[in-house]
Amino acid sequence: MPVLEKEGTQVWRRRTASETLIRWFGWLIGVAVFMLCWQRISEATTWFFVWDAPRIASDIWNRATPPRWEYITQLGRPIWDTLNIATLGTLIALCLAVPVAFLAARNTTPSALFVRPFALLIIVATRSINSLIWALLLIAIIGPGVFAGVIAIAIRSIGFCAKLLYEAIEEIDHGQVEAITATGASRWQVMAYGIVPQILPAFAGIAVFRWDINIRESTVLGLVGAGGVGLQLSASLNVLAWPQVSLILIVILVAVVISEWVSAKVRGAII
Amino acid sequence: MSHRELDDMLGKGWRKPHFIANPALRWGLIVGFAAYLVAAVMTIEVDWARVYAGLDRGGQFILSFTRPDFVTRAGDIWSGLLESIVMTVAASVVGILISIPIGLGAARNIAPLPVYVICRGIVAISRALQEIIVAILLVAIFGFGPLAGFLTLSFATIGFLSKLLAEDIESMDKVQAEAIRASGARWMQWINYGVQPQVMPRLVGLSMYRIDINFRESAILGLVGAGGIGATLNTAFDRYEYDTAAAILILIIGIVMALEYLSGIIRARVQ
Repeated sequence: MPVLEKEGTQVWRRRTASETLIRWFGWLIGVAVFMLCWQRISEATTWFFVWDAPRIASDIWNRATPPRWEYITQLGRPIWDTLNIATLGTLIALCLAVPVAFLAARNTTPSALFVRPFALLIIVATRSINSLIWALLLIAIIGPGVFAGVIAIAIRSIGFCAKLLYEAIEEIDHGQVEAITATGASRWQVMAYGIVPQILPAFAGIAVFRWDINIRESTVLGLVGAGGVGLQLSASLNVLAWPQVSLILIVILVAVVISEWVSAKVRGAII
Repeated sequence: MSHRELDDMLGKGWRKPHFIANPALRWGLIVGFAAYLVAAVMTIEVDWARVYAGLDRGGQFILSFTRPDFVTRAGDIWSGLLESIVMTVAASVVGILISIPIGLGAARNIAPLPVYVICRGIVAISRALQEIIVAILLVAIFGFGPLAGFLTLSFATIGFLSKLLAEDIESMDKVQAEAIRASGARWMQWINYGVQPQVMPRLVGLSMYRIDINFRESAILGLVGAGGIGATLNTAFDRYEYDTAAAILILIIGIVMALEYLSGIIRARVQ
């Protein structure tokens, strides 16, 4: 941190002159890039609709309130389906994520050169594609329905769970593993008594955390036809039945809040 | 463990302690969960004939990853991808800029109670509504195009960043902030020199992570007409052009991987 002499008094500065210049230049480029992006968005926008937006918004609000409460009787089955998609999807994902995580962790992988990159590729590939896209793909392959939703959620969650789990495996205490090995335990026994007890709390936490996220995601999977309450949402949107839309949105909000509460409670109990 | 307990254990084999110590709770959870699983699996209708018929197409899709077609729809892919990137950049910049004051307001140790309640309310609303639902509403209000996507991503960024930023500020070291205040700093100086240096590394890391998420999300906003690569991807699936779809997915995965790598470098430099 430089101190400048200015008119006989010392002035403290946070950065040197060249540092300031580089930073200023960086900001200039950043602003230019942003303006360029904004220009493109602006070109692709019909501004007439945007100026009209407040009127449209209040119009939609008037149509959507009050929600059609009696429609809730038809939502029981979709909500049950949504819950199943999230839970079964999470379970399948966990079953698949455990081996991937063990293959990806530096200290348990059979071969850091050949197997580990492959496991990491699975993790990145499944994680970077949204569950809606997986659902879209699976619907094209195995047809619309709850089953496609379950598989989509499962595939999407593998990467997430495996990533968190392999980081937990890499952070385990080596003393315990060594102690088990020193008793003459086989590779599987070391796994069962040295490694698994150490990552079990992390595993439970990850499972509940992902389940919470999956509840959120499965509520909208129906938009592309993969079952659950999203199907009703998309049907209501298509016929412009705004009172039903607002009721479904309330249901989704409640489901999200409950699942977050459950997951926070369970994680609090584990950790 | 008392002597008596140890004496009782003599001569008996050691058994692994259970993860959930209370047996009633443990068996209750296991039986309840098993019952739920049976019920869930029973109610999922799987059309196995359809799945079997689709396996062939699934195989084709996986095979198409070995020969992705970047060329036939190069124009569509390029414009969609560019729109996704533009939306991501603009929404990240705006979202981060807005989320900083809201994050400051949502930290209990900085903000007075009324400000705190309002900012936490904004965060809660933004986090509870999913991107795709917000996008549907905004498309209905603002019309099709990247503006709706841009607004959606900005809105989602605010909830995510503000919450994590506020939590980081709440857990900061008080001593440093107090030292700055004791030197007679004004409120802005206090924030700039007492608080900002402490949370900056994490803010940069979180911002990079959010840019990554925003790009991934921008890939699905096109499904509901909010601009980006999603529309192209959806069309490719609808027309069973799997080689084009594979090309788009490879591009998305590649960009996400590049972003993750970049954010790793930047985070390592900042911390």
